[in-house]
Amino acid sequence: MNWVGRRLRRFEDPALLRGEGRFTADVAVGARAVRFLRSPVANGRITALRPPEDMPPGSLFVSAAELGAIGTIRPMLYRFAYRAVEQPILPADRVHFVGQAVAAIVAPSAAMAEDLLEAVTFDIGSETALVAMDDALHPGAPAVHAVAPGNVAVEGVMESPEAAAAFASAPHVVEIALRSRRQNASPMEGRGGCAQYDRATGRVRLTASVQMPHMLRTGIAELLSMPEADLQVIAPDVGGGFGQKMALFPEYAVLVWLARRYRGDFAWIEDRNENLIASAHSRDQEHRLRGAFAADGTLLALEADILANVGAFSAYPTTCGVEPLMAFAEYPGPYKVPAYAARARGVLTHTCPMAPYRGVSRPVITFGLERLMDVAAKRIGIDPVAIRRMNLVDSFPHRSATGLTLDEASYIETLDDAAQHLDIPAFRERQKAARAQGRYLGLGLSVFNERTGYGTPAFAARGMGVVPGYEVVDIAMTPNGEVELRIGASPHGQGLRTALAQLVADRLGIAPESVRVIHGDTDRTPYGWGSFASRAMVISGGASQEAADKLAARLRAAAAKILQSSADDITLRDGEAVAGNGSSIALAALAKQVHQRSDLFDGFNLAESAHYDPPGTFSNACHAAIVEVDPETGHVRIERYLVVEDAGRIINPLIADGQVRGGVAQGIANALFEEIVIAEDGNILTGTLADYTLPSAMEIPEIEIHHRETISPFTLTGAKGLGEGGSIGAPAAIANAISDALSPFGVELFEIPATPPRIRAAIRAAEARA
Amino acid sequence: MKPAAFDYHAPRTVEEAVALLATHGEEARILAGGQSLVPTMAFRMARPGVLVDINRIPDLAFLRAEDGILRIGALTRHAAFEKPVAPGPVGALLARVARHIAHAPIRQRGTFCGSLAHADPASEWCATTLALSGTLMVAGPDGQRAVAAEDWFQGVFTTAIAPGEMLAEVRLPLLGPDWRCGFAEFARRAGDFALAMAVVALRLDAGRVAEARIALGGIGGRPELAPDAAAALIGQLPRDAAQSSAERAAAGCDPQDDIHAPADYRRDLVRVMVRRAIEDAIAA
Repeated sequence: MNWVGRRLRRFEDPALLRGEGRFTADVAVGARAVRFLRSPVANGRITALRPPEDMPPGSLFVSAAELGAIGTIRPMLYRFAYRAVEQPILPADRVHFVGQAVAAIVAPSAAMAEDLLEAVTFDIGSETALVAMDDALHPGAPAVHAVAPGNVAVEGVMESPEAAAAFASAPHVVEIALRSRRQNASPMEGRGGCAQYDRATGRVRLTASVQMPHMLRTGIAELLSMPEADLQVIAPDVGGGFGQKMALFPEYAVLVWLARRYRGDFAWIEDRNENLIASAHSRDQEHRLRGAFAADGTLLALEADILANVGAFSAYPTTCGVEPLMAFAEYPGPYKVPAYAARARGVLTHTCPMAPYRGVSRPVITFGLERLMDVAAKRIGIDPVAIRRMNLVDSFPHRSATGLTLDEASYIETLDDAAQHLDIPAFRERQKAARAQGRYLGLGLSVFNERTGYGTPAFAARGMGVVPGYEVVDIAMTPNGEVELRIGASPHGQGLRTALAQLVADRLGIAPESVRVIHGDTDRTPYGWGSFASRAMVISGGASQEAADKLAARLRAAAAKILQSSADDITLRDGEAVAGNGSSIALAALAKQVHQRSDLFDGFNLAESAHYDPPGTFSNACHAAIVEVDPETGHVRIERYLVVEDAGRIINPLIADGQVRGGVAQGIANALFEEIVIAEDGNILTGTLADYTLPSAMEIPEIEIHHRETISPFTLTGAKGLGEGGSIGAPAAIANAISDALSPFGVELFEIPATPPRIRAAIRAAEARA
Repeated sequence: MKPAAFDYHAPRTVEEAVALLATHGEEARILAGGQSLVPTMAFRMARPGVLVDINRIPDLAFLRAEDGILRIGALTRHAAFEKPVAPGPVGALLARVARHIAHAPIRQRGTFCGSLAHADPASEWCATTLALSGTLMVAGPDGQRAVAAEDWFQGVFTTAIAPGEMLAEVRLPLLGPDWRCGFAEFARRAGDFALAMAVVALRLDAGRVAEARIALGGIGGRPELAPDAAAALIGQLPRDAAQSSAERAAAGCDPQDDIHAPADYRRDLVRVMVRRAIEDAIAA
């Protein structure tokens, strides 16, 4: 029986669908409630901060003064002119963004804690806030942090020697300026933690809605100078993360401090307003992009000037380099770029800090590169498919202009598949007929690659002080023949319990239901880096496969002893070990023998471990959108959305399609709907879901998904990651489709989200020009 | 997101409710569907000391057509209008409008009268009541008084209601078969507050407009009539005059600027929504 490749329903879902999941807030029942006082001012000096005069029994006030000497959050990069910004757990003197936690109130209930928050004496001398990157980069602008005069926290610069000459002599030079507005990952469950003190052992158990439990344990232990062994971190059911829950946030350190200091249980469950203003933002970027093209459309050189607003601090462990440096290293994408020049800067401002968000910078660079391709095609007078086909990488492995190795992929094939599914000539006819009736249809393409499953070398190349990358998997068979798989990855919605079970089941000849995947508990799993960057299936999957193979070897050896055969002669299938002569033993019986009659097996056991640290691989896809734009209102209706995805071997197509759909929905949100709006004084004007316009199921169309499976030699299982691709491709596809629809008006869109007012403004401006 | 502490009362009669309002004055707020009040309390933007829950007052739970008038009691939920509540143009209009009010769960709880009492400038029912020249029946210590819709809306979330009073009923005229009603709105997402909306009521005589009322919502501090735009239709075939009416509405309105829609964009929308509402009326 082959389990890999089957649309197995997720083991995770029955409990979730019945409302029987166990989330942090479920664990927090009974704990004292913690609420944070958050700064209403973006930049200023704290002049008074005192607890309420009337503190009822069971309530506490915690500020920097109470915390005393504890560490600061100070992630490091040892390259790219990085300025090591320090973030205090709670600030003693200055605030740096609206929403920054300034003090904590503990009370028997959240409502009482919120009552007390209103009674805290808190005065700040407000000073001018730097919100926009222009202002922060303005010569003579005050420094957000003294350590970074000029407000550039990180800067990458590179230029291939041929770039300048290519631009000087190219028949076509196309230049575009792009703006991606600030967004919030908006997981369905916000952040939250419950720290519980165990009086018997003196240990603290922190249950938290996080993606990297081991990293959190290490980080908090360092901050609080406590033995790491005294802290257990559990990520129970986690309602989405999308990167936002990777970071070490000050709130968690305060919870553990409280539990140790007061020997009790303390819980903070973030509300939606906190999540929107004070968790972590992303994608606030401005790019200037130039392409030098030959007369036939061949791309000769690419130049990118990347500005990323990184906010007031640097997230641990990824640092504020995560967005600008990803754009810097990966801008050439799936294209042959013979010469490349780039400058990327991370700009400090008095705004909420950035964290990775599904796709990190790639939704923005794909938006840039794919807009550039369409604009260039129009300028040169060739077809959007043709310009892509001639420039896509077509032989592998390919070394990119930035030194990345692109493994086997299907860039041209996925584009051709998409073009065929769309029947572009038929669409052009329909488009023409619709225009004659005053209706504006457009088609947009987006081809991209997605670097996934990258291990230690990729992160080390960034010069990170904390280098994530490897994964360890421990495997054991219990006496009743079930398999326990302990992983360092930390799924939070990805269905890894099901997909890894399928993978392991095939290696051991058992049913996936017999495999228990144990995750999200630092006491019960090997040290690992959690789930992010489309890495879990590649890295943890690879390690799981290795571990299962090692266990299979042990089972064969044990079976050989009982069946009086040789290990090479034993096959594991259908829950049995079968010898060449047809004699067999059930694995459950075999496992029982090995465990309970170890005297017969010379102390042999059924436990193994494997470590995997791959170089990284590239998934790829072509997205296509057909939209109808109402030029009177600026409304965009997505008529059709199509994805041709290649993530190598698909372990569970049902889960894979779910990943793609969710990603596309977030990509459409980025393209059309979501924007964190910040006033000049640094206050966030989109602090509710009425104002931060997350799309609902009503706004997301059917998403048509096709697969290719190009097997890469760079991943053990043949699987490439696909967690982020959906969100990477969508903004470019939608923006290209809108620009195509509005081409009769001469409108080209270079800003996301392309909201109805922005689309109307572009039409009005084009009409004024005409 | 926890409300500040409040006292809670659940009277059984309108008289008891009004007496509670008299006792607690400005501190007290009426709770009906709670779909606007409760979230603002959770944000502590509203912090009433006393909630007077009218959900257990049987006398307020009615919806009936009577002598050409649709009488809507204070406990009538939005969802009650999703199917036409009366034959003729008004019942059909209310059904078309109801589908644009928030989302299905909210429509099960939120009330028609609550929308009028809350007076959100983007409320569909407020603009509709204004376009239909509805009458609001207000209960107070001295019994009921009637307020015309034109006199009801005074500003953002501000109405002609006096301290100690509650909105008990809204009455809408069930216009005759020579009337045509139309509605159009634009919102970012299904169920969002509209960035602009228009409600029109036209009486036709031999195909030409004999009477016209046009109400706009979502564009300023309160729903407003657009009398110039309505006048542009009089004596005209509605299809021919729709665009000029729409232009007048756009020119005559004073749209607000906010993060969702700059004023010039809202003015664009007013033009389009008025035209589409007139087209909707003709098509209906």
